[in-house]
Amino acid sequence: MPFRLKFFVIAVGFIILVGIVDLVRRRKLKEEYSFIWLIIGLTFVLLALNADFLASLSDMVGIAVPVNTLFFMALIFIFLLCLYFSLRISALTTQVKNLAQRLAMLQAEYPNNAESGERR
Amino acid sequence: MVTEKEVLILIPAFNEQDRIGEVIAGVRRTLPGVLILVVNDGSTDRTAQVSLASGAIVITHPFNLGVGAALQTGYKYSVQRGFKYVVQLDGDGQHPAEYLSVFLSRLNETEADLIIGSRFLHGYGRSGSFFRRMGNATFAKILSFLIREKLTDPTSGYRALKQTILQFCIQDMYGFDYPDADFLLTVHRAGFHIEEIPFEVQARSGGVSQHAGLAPIYYIIKMCLSLFIILLRKRKL
Repeated sequence: MPFRLKFFVIAVGFIILVGIVDLVRRRKLKEEYSFIWLIIGLTFVLLALNADFLASLSDMVGIAVPVNTLFFMALIFIFLLCLYFSLRISALTTQVKNLAQRLAMLQAEYPNNAESGERR
Repeated sequence: MVTEKEVLILIPAFNEQDRIGEVIAGVRRTLPGVLILVVNDGSTDRTAQVSLASGAIVITHPFNLGVGAALQTGYKYSVQRGFKYVVQLDGDGQHPAEYLSVFLSRLNETEADLIIGSRFLHGYGRSGSFFRRMGNATFAKILSFLIREKLTDPTSGYRALKQTILQFCIQDMYGFDYPDADFLLTVHRAGFHIEEIPFEVQARSGGVSQHAGLAPIYYIIKMCLSLFIILLRKRKL
């Protein structure tokens, strides 16, 4: 891997890691979701640092240019992340539906309380 | 004998201010002592006010959740209040209230847990556009093949449900956007019995159907996928 590319990948990896940690520190991102991003950032830094491992990994899966392995892994990570978020959204959709139904039934049962609650 | 006190009439409604009052009045004329629940699914018009003024109980969703969720809200309410039966009909006036008494007497006689009012029990020549009739007939054939029973109208919203199936429908696994063929396949595989009774549909007097625009294409793809996935699941849930 050319030095400039290696430097660039490591720099981007570090920026991601520092950015993620900072977001968690400022409570903008929950630890639960930061975990997967940290793994991605760390993997990229380690792969860029260890060019031999990246080369042997490329050789093993039949990719001629090692840097393409990085791109391929980036795509796989993004795909898995999207899948993970789809799973979370599916669960959240059910939860939001249940909450909305519960709220609607309570408002129908106690209309005055619901109104005063909204005014507060 | 099924009494009116044991029955909840459930009407899911979305922006039906011009029709809902007449629907409620029709139910009142047929069954004067019955409790009517309108689930107002985040309407932006005066559906809730008109329904209240017409003497129904109204549960209003804070935003639009879809017809499947609106029905489930009604099922949850009925289980919470201990109703033995729910008869549901659309809020757009297409389902004549005269048939409610037919549903009630059938609930009394049959072993079935779910009774569907079918527009097509005597053929597909009457209701809706050609494409809609064709779509309905296709899904009815597929469903009938899968459950080895003849069903003619899986998209009908005119239905009566017994407490047994209501308990099943209030669970989280009930996530049907449109509780049509996929819902019927699920409940059949869970061991519930379904039967159909005929009824004559009334023409829709305005408003926008849930199957307008590009929605039918999405509906067909989603329903096919849904039926396939249900077949991969365990029978008893």
